[in-house]
Amino acid sequence: MDHTPAITPAGHPLDDEGELTKLHPGYAHALRLRTTLTAIPFLIGALVAEAAIAEQALLPQGVIAGTVLVIALALIIRVPATRYNARGYQISADRLRVVRGLLFRSDTVVPFGRVQHIDVHQGPLDRFFGIATLTLHTAGNHNASVSLPGLGEPLAREMREEIRAHIRRETV
Amino acid sequence: MSEPQRTAPVSVILGAIGSLRSAIFPAIAIAFSGIGGDGRFLLALGVGLASVVIGTAFSYAHWRRLTYTIGETDIRVESGLFSRSARSVPYERIQDVSLEAKPLPRLFGLVAVKFETGAGGADDLALQYLTDAQGEDLRQLVRERRDDEAAVSVADPDAPVRSEPEAGEVLYALTPGRLLTFGLFEFSLAVFAVLGGALQYVDNVSDIDVWNVDLWRSWLSEQGSTVASLGLFVQAAAAIAGLLGLVVIGMATGVVRTVLRDWGFTLTRSARGFRRQRGLLTRTDVVMPAHRVQGLVIGTGLVRYRFGWHGLSFVSLAQDAEGESHIVAPFAKMEEIAPIVSAAGFRLPDETTQWHRASTRQRTDTVVFGSAVFVLAAIPVAIFAPFGLFLLPLGAAVLAAGANLYAWEFRRHAIDASQVYASHGFFSPTRQIATRLKLHSVEIAQGPLARLRGYATVHLGLAGGTFAMQGVPLAEARALRASVLETIAATDFSRLDQAPQSQALSEPHSAFSENFLAT
Repeated sequence: MDHTPAITPAGHPLDDEGELTKLHPGYAHALRLRTTLTAIPFLIGALVAEAAIAEQALLPQGVIAGTVLVIALALIIRVPATRYNARGYQISADRLRVVRGLLFRSDTVVPFGRVQHIDVHQGPLDRFFGIATLTLHTAGNHNASVSLPGLGEPLAREMREEIRAHIRRETV
Repeated sequence: MSEPQRTAPVSVILGAIGSLRSAIFPAIAIAFSGIGGDGRFLLALGVGLASVVIGTAFSYAHWRRLTYTIGETDIRVESGLFSRSARSVPYERIQDVSLEAKPLPRLFGLVAVKFETGAGGADDLALQYLTDAQGEDLRQLVRERRDDEAAVSVADPDAPVRSEPEAGEVLYALTPGRLLTFGLFEFSLAVFAVLGGALQYVDNVSDIDVWNVDLWRSWLSEQGSTVASLGLFVQAAAAIAGLLGLVVIGMATGVVRTVLRDWGFTLTRSARGFRRQRGLLTRTDVVMPAHRVQGLVIGTGLVRYRFGWHGLSFVSLAQDAEGESHIVAPFAKMEEIAPIVSAAGFRLPDETTQWHRASTRQRTDTVVFGSAVFVLAAIPVAIFAPFGLFLLPLGAAVLAAGANLYAWEFRRHAIDASQVYASHGFFSPTRQIATRLKLHSVEIAQGPLARLRGYATVHLGLAGGTFAMQGVPLAEARALRASVLETIAATDFSRLDQAPQSQALSEPHSAFSENFLAT
């Protein structure tokens, strides 16, 4: 194996704690839109409930719908931004590091040498914002698939090619 | 040997017996029900006969239409009555070949041959039934073909294709005496579940209404008044006798179950792999290639740990009957486990292994939160329930705190040049060993509390199993990840089997093919 420049020479530890690369800004918008779509049924439910008990005049008008609206707005404005900030990735010569989670943080590193296959996935929302999810599959039971959502679509494809090239170089 | 072959013709008879078995109950039901009036016995007989005839016909057709072909590079099975399906499995991908003989096929000298590929239960290839000799031949053949291929791919004509004799070195065997001791530790109250089922059955076929509360109440009050008249001492004695009875029943169940499952347990090591045979009525015979072993689990039990008994399992992509790992020594002393471990190419932790304990902060947190639930439960109890009852949840809180404190004793991890070790458990340790090289990913996971207090759980991706180190201080977790990743990234997945670090390949003939993946 005389073609292994990708592997960092021993004694030069790779920095797995380095600065994370931010995801595509479109991802924050996609998250926000997704939260909004989830909130709509709850808002409708609240309005229906409001209308149903309006005759009894048990509560001042707008209490239920108002509360739900305030909670939904808080979630839509705050959470996507924090979630976006909590996520990030770091790609180096021979491994990918994915960091995610607001409350429950998880910080995963997958060496390219252990990748079985690679997926690039785009949902309808993702396509609208021009982003994609890159998923690396490994043979381990834990972290059998590590996905990295919110990459710019061209970047995701480029990363896939890069990782695939690495796999081939190592194997042939 | 490359023309399509059929399974043993006796399989048809076994299929017919199977359909007879499933026809018996409906037939009896008809015989005892009102359907058909006077002619109901005839009707029942007719139904039984019809199902046997149909079952036999189907079983025969299936037998006619199922063929297997042993090809140059793969084994192919074509089956199906109307919609045909053909499956081919390359020899390289066969994880292990197991022979299973259930009581009835065993009478006819037949075995079910199963080729495990790691693709998961239903997707595996199975042939039922072949004769004992055929099964054994097939297994031998698969092994030879695989060796053949390996030899060709590295162009090593000097390595002759050996057809090894089946008798290898016996690594571990369960003697009947040992089996009995093992059974005593396998305490089980499953018999009561069976009794419950039987009661339900009694309820269905007889007039006694088992689920009628009044019936039991009247019976109990009858017995209760007798008991009440006996005095305190006799009552206590009766309670103790009842408990003892329960223990005896539990142990007897354990012994019976263990003997049925593990009778004649033998683990042998041949040059290519491990072979395990066990079972009294259903006899199974599994072969596991040594280099496919991904990790080890040394488990034990609450009581047996105190007597120094442990169980050893191999973690691999193939799945065992009752779990994800193959049990290779269900009940052994540590000194008996050691040779098996080294035969699999692993090392047990010794004095030079530097164990690191879990963070003391994690200990404090588990103790506090483990008991907090019970303390919280004590508050409403203290307010609403009669005085004194709140002591119960408080006692439970103390117990939970103690258990969590004790669990910390077992929570350790270690890493050395080639392996990682982890140990955890509440009252007895479960230890895991994995080769650094055969790990697939590293994750540092932290809950909100763990982030606040600066510790983490390190999850290592292991094929066929899980591996986690709990309560590792964050800085240490990062260092651990860095060193594990250094090992992993240095060798590509496809070269895992040839890597020098993998001592699994200690034999001279281990010429495995280039893409001899662990999948």
